Amino acid sequence: MRVTHRPKRCVILGAGTGGTLAANRLRKTHEEEELVIDIVDQNNQHVYQPGLLFVPFGLAEPEEIVRRRDRQLHRGITYHQSAIEAVDLSNDVVTLENGTTLGYDVLLVATGSVLQPEETEGLSGPGWLDTVFTFYDVEGATALAEKLETFDSGRLVINVVDMPVKCPVAPLEFAFLADWYFTERGVRDNISITYVTPLDGAFTKPTASMALTSLLEEKGIELRTEFNTAEVDGEAGLLIGYDGTEIPFDLAVVIPLHGGAEYVNNSPGLGDELGFVPTNNATLQSEVAPNVFVIGDAADIPASKAGSVTHFEGEVLIENMEAFLDGRDLEAEFDGHANCFIETGFSKALLIDFNYETEPLRGHYPGPVGLPLLKESRLNHIGKLMFQSFYWHGLLPGRDLPGLSADMPTFGKRLPTEDEASLTTTTGDTQT
Amino acid sequence: MTSRVLAGTEVELNEEGFFVDATQWTDEMATELADEWGVPTPLTEQHWQVLHFMRQEYFEKGTGPTVRKLGKSSGVSVKELYQLFPKGPAKLAARVAGIPKPRGCI
Repeated sequence: MRVTHRPKRCVILGAGTGGTLAANRLRKTHEEEELVIDIVDQNNQHVYQPGLLFVPFGLAEPEEIVRRRDRQLHRGITYHQSAIEAVDLSNDVVTLENGTTLGYDVLLVATGSVLQPEETEGLSGPGWLDTVFTFYDVEGATALAEKLETFDSGRLVINVVDMPVKCPVAPLEFAFLADWYFTERGVRDNISITYVTPLDGAFTKPTASMALTSLLEEKGIELRTEFNTAEVDGEAGLLIGYDGTEIPFDLAVVIPLHGGAEYVNNSPGLGDELGFVPTNNATLQSEVAPNVFVIGDAADIPASKAGSVTHFEGEVLIENMEAFLDGRDLEAEFDGHANCFIETGFSKALLIDFNYETEPLRGHYPGPVGLPLLKESRLNHIGKLMFQSFYWHGLLPGRDLPGLSADMPTFGKRLPTEDEASLTTTTGDTQT
Repeated sequence: MTSRVLAGTEVELNEEGFFVDATQWTDEMATELADEWGVPTPLTEQHWQVLHFMRQEYFEKGTGPTVRKLGKSSGVSVKELYQLFPKGPAKLAARVAGIPKPRGCI
């Protein structure tokens, strides 16, 4: 007599970078009779988020960076377009706003982070999309492009309200590109650029922070550190700190507070105070239930909220989800590997590569003959531009790229001197 | 790392003035630490509420909370936190509450 098994059910929340690559990888390794995969997202626009940086400067058009979510998924994956109402951890059920309920054997949370401008006094009030912008979504980046075209003189202020934010280098890249953009337009001398951050340096990682601080200086961009934004007054043109300090602006580009997706807060036991899901740094299994895993920005792990991190997590995640489904121990471990191209203007870029334990090092990536690390070069700029094609055609479909592994490589890197090594134990100082 | 005497007891502090071992801290040390780090004294009931919340979070989660988390869960708003611990509530309150430096976001 043939024994029939009910296929296991995997539900994936969010069809962005992490959800899509995980769904595609799982579909490749499991037959449909063995594993049913459902994926949910509230809209059908998959944004290539690194492209948002280029939109304000006319270097990318919004339509070039948005594709349909369902088209990025392999056959045999069911796509549901609906907002998520809640996850019921005790009954292993997800309820969608369209009334659908999805039971699961294993759940993957991949709903990323959301912008919360309303959490900062005045930010989304008068002046929003007039004197105050963000480039962290398509609407904001598009409106900012129009504004920049006619901005010929005055004070441009770039402000990160508080950590965590997606791609912590993007606001710096915006400053560098603004310097280039205004220089090209011949108006740079009439415009002051100020970078305002709650951190005690330009960036969270000390070695990279030093390199980036000198770049800001070279480009005549003022750096204001340890500024804790309490209020943004778009009409008066003022950033106001919790200590009463005011920073005047004619144009403010603000990175709003980030939090987890809304349904997380409506799902008892799923998220922390900010709506991120407590997650094991190494295994990517959540700490809220053994059959819940997390990939990308939705996790509370101490890694950058960045596409490269999500990409490198993919391999470990799939291995551990498979082990869980088979009832084996979770053995794969994520090392916190992040890799960021930092656009510095004038067709150049820096590249940094680091993980939980190791600071960004100098040298080359991914081996001795590769892209220069922590150093401006045209090659890195070209690498950054080429990445978009790899994103749609390699990363999302779940193809491995030879030479690019999840673990951070050390081959080809210059190991730190003793002085530098003392820095490597310092964690990012982002507390206020 | 340095050792020093607070409220008559020897404790270990790191180079930034954070406790190495949170169990060495006692309530009696808080006022001395507050004076040293520019936190207005005498400490009010709200100060104590934050200090005890910081310690509870540290022992439960292995790290002190960030300002945003404090604002959402300590019962004291972010604005008030900056009045109680001017310049930087998370770092200052961690120093006064005798816990290691809170782990930041990267």
